[in-house]
Amino acid sequence: MADLDIAGVQEAIRRAAAVRSPLRIVGGATKDFYGEKLVGDVLDVRELAGIVDYEPTELVITARAGTPIDEIESAMGASGQMLAFEPPRFAPGGTLGGAIASGLSGPRRPYAGAARDLVLGVKIVDGTGRALSFGGRVMKNVAGFDVSRLMTGAMGTLGVITEVSLKCLPLPRTEATRLFAMSADESIRRVNEWGGQPLPLSATCFHQGQLAVRLSGAPSAVAAACAKMGGTAVEDTEGLWTSVRDQTHAFFAGAAAARAPLWRLSVGSTAPYTDLGGEQLIEWGGALRWLASTPRTDLARVRAWASSHGGHATLFRAADKPSDVFHPLPPTLAELHRRLKATFDPNGILNRNRMSTAF
Amino acid sequence: MLDSHVRAELAALLPASSLLTTPEDTKPYECDGLTLFREQPAAVVLPENEAQVAAILRICHAARVPVVARGAGTSLSGGALPHRDGVVLSMAKFRRILTIDTLARTAVVQPGVRNLAISEAAAPHGLYYAPDPSSQIACSIGGNVAENAGGVHCLKYGLTVHNVRRVRGLLITGEPVEFGGASLDSAGYDLLALITGSEGLLAVITEVTVKLTPKPQLAQVACAAFDDIEKAGAAVGAIIGEGIIPAGLEMMDQPATRAVEEFVHAGYPLDAAAVLLVESDGTPEEVDDEMGEIRRVLTASGATSIRVSRDERERLLLWSGRKAAFPAVGRLSPDYYCIDGTIPRKALPLVLRRTAEWSKEFGLACANVFHAGDGNLHPLILFDANKEGEIEKTIAFGDRILELCIEVGGTVTGEHGVGVEKLSTMCTQFAPDELERFHGVKAAFDPSGLLNPGKGVPTLARCAEFGRMHVHHGQLRHPDIPRF
Repeated sequence: MADLDIAGVQEAIRRAAAVRSPLRIVGGATKDFYGEKLVGDVLDVRELAGIVDYEPTELVITARAGTPIDEIESAMGASGQMLAFEPPRFAPGGTLGGAIASGLSGPRRPYAGAARDLVLGVKIVDGTGRALSFGGRVMKNVAGFDVSRLMTGAMGTLGVITEVSLKCLPLPRTEATRLFAMSADESIRRVNEWGGQPLPLSATCFHQGQLAVRLSGAPSAVAAACAKMGGTAVEDTEGLWTSVRDQTHAFFAGAAAARAPLWRLSVGSTAPYTDLGGEQLIEWGGALRWLASTPRTDLARVRAWASSHGGHATLFRAADKPSDVFHPLPPTLAELHRRLKATFDPNGILNRNRMSTAF
Repeated sequence: MLDSHVRAELAALLPASSLLTTPEDTKPYECDGLTLFREQPAAVVLPENEAQVAAILRICHAARVPVVARGAGTSLSGGALPHRDGVVLSMAKFRRILTIDTLARTAVVQPGVRNLAISEAAAPHGLYYAPDPSSQIACSIGGNVAENAGGVHCLKYGLTVHNVRRVRGLLITGEPVEFGGASLDSAGYDLLALITGSEGLLAVITEVTVKLTPKPQLAQVACAAFDDIEKAGAAVGAIIGEGIIPAGLEMMDQPATRAVEEFVHAGYPLDAAAVLLVESDGTPEEVDDEMGEIRRVLTASGATSIRVSRDERERLLLWSGRKAAFPAVGRLSPDYYCIDGTIPRKALPLVLRRTAEWSKEFGLACANVFHAGDGNLHPLILFDANKEGEIEKTIAFGDRILELCIEVGGTVTGEHGVGVEKLSTMCTQFAPDELERFHGVKAAFDPSGLLNPGKGVPTLARCAEFGRMHVHHGQLRHPDIPRF
């Protein structure tokens, strides 16, 4: 049955490749806002769904790409495990394939790893219609180049992901969130200092003079950390972090209501707080800065600031997007991208334009 | 022999002591940690800065001379085996730790810095570099990145790929290129992941930014004995099933345990069929809770004895045997050959049973050490290279184990890399279309094919010649035919 479905994907790709007609890969369509303008005929992969194999004691889950993230998380939750990269849900119906293709990770990322850190293997159909398998279902595997991680975050431009194997981690026995009133600068210093200590940190969020820090782990360790760090308790820990993860938090809701273009700045965690002409929410122990831009935001300055702090700036959401939403690459890297694209998708049909206007 | 033109250009670039061309001088570079394969290079160069490396690459690229980058030479798969007509590019002089940023918890280091030296330099700040391959005293970070090195703590703390933020390198053309950054992700494709574990085929690494981890306040290890190896395997599953991710989770079979006990005198139980080492780390409260759970699970799983380290000295003693397993086994026999397959843990009893059968069939003893938490098995085959035909038998035995690893859904290499050693078994693990894509990735970075040629990915012609059968996703095409 599954083979028939993959054969269908192969057939659709071969047909499109023959006439060099672009295909737009769609799962739950919950991240259509992300990336460059959407181009091509829809290739809906939601039917490639279902958990293929899940053995909690092996710490590995394998599922087809169209499987809803919620289905995977509830299966894992029943065995006391989780997707540690906390994939964001921007709308209901997001799929595993979309989570891996976008490579986006939630609040736990600095402490438990990104989507790419937990990917063990992928099956894809490349731009010539060939079904390929890379990596596997084991924890350690250095046979061949790490194409599984290359596919993670490649926005479907190198292949249609049909199946993914991921490392599972146990759900924390307990979680607690502490709240501290302080300035942005102070919060950046504190979260980095705490990050250098053996504390069970699992998320941070600074917004409007309030720093929230989540702690996860053994009850004894969380209690000891709460006592050591101080602050006040947040009652609805889960609600707060879900709102940060899924961007329903007041900061994101406000930006959406004001139709303010939202920038994602991924930088070194100790980059000083800098007024970039708009309100900010700071996650990931200082390494992720969300910027709700205003007419006084200077886009060139945003990009230059991110570069100078070892990172990059993405125009994440905007009602009216210009091209080049992703940070421009240096020429040598851009050329490597072009060649890799030509290797996996020589006709340039998969998610054309989605990641770069160059391909 | 090096073309006289190339030689003159290299001589003009480097001091005489940094260009080795006589057979006496290049002899020490003829192999790495895998001594089964040896080849003397045309020359060895020892540059000391990135500008020199770039110039060497430009010279070799222009003259079509193969380049094999080499760190400490501890690879166990022949990753640094020289090319007869090529240059060995030793990064041994790149030995400086450039910066340690204690607030950001990162270190910028040159590729020749030893793995352990990073942790030693970070220790005064309460930080360390987490991946700890057994060769960490000697192996260098450049080689660790090239091989995506693991270690005994990677179930909890990750492999090299999880602990590297940025790699600076040079393409074969001498062009500088940077993958990753100070940030936790970068724009575009994840080339940092691609370069990690690429075995020197894509670029020459000249600088690495690593992530540093806070040192746990406390670590304790439990050493548990089992009278049956399957019970020990079930205990590992039971620990993980309880929601515990131990800092380390290792298994040794009886031959391995006896060999290391004689070597380090750690007091391992010699009558046990298998010994498990289970480490817990964290705050004292956490370790106390977790060790209690671990003890309970081990007892319920039928451990015949459990010993928990009482202090740091005892913890290091219990680990010393596992870390010294290779040299300890090496004392039992003139030569040994270390295999590096990964399997789903549930397949362990089958793989060990078959390995024992083949050990008898080939007449070669075999000891097993196992990163049990992540399924990475290291059978150590004992042999004598001076005995007629014994090398061939050893390789055949090793290949059989690796093909079984693939058959049960695993891989031919968990952490040692493909190098030259596993080229043939790669033909079994991957289909021709997949190998072709690997060659495409190689060509995207190095169209001239001069960086570490002949390693990592077998040519399709080689696979055809060896008549290897691709095992499709753990299923042989005709499973009814007896093969072993």
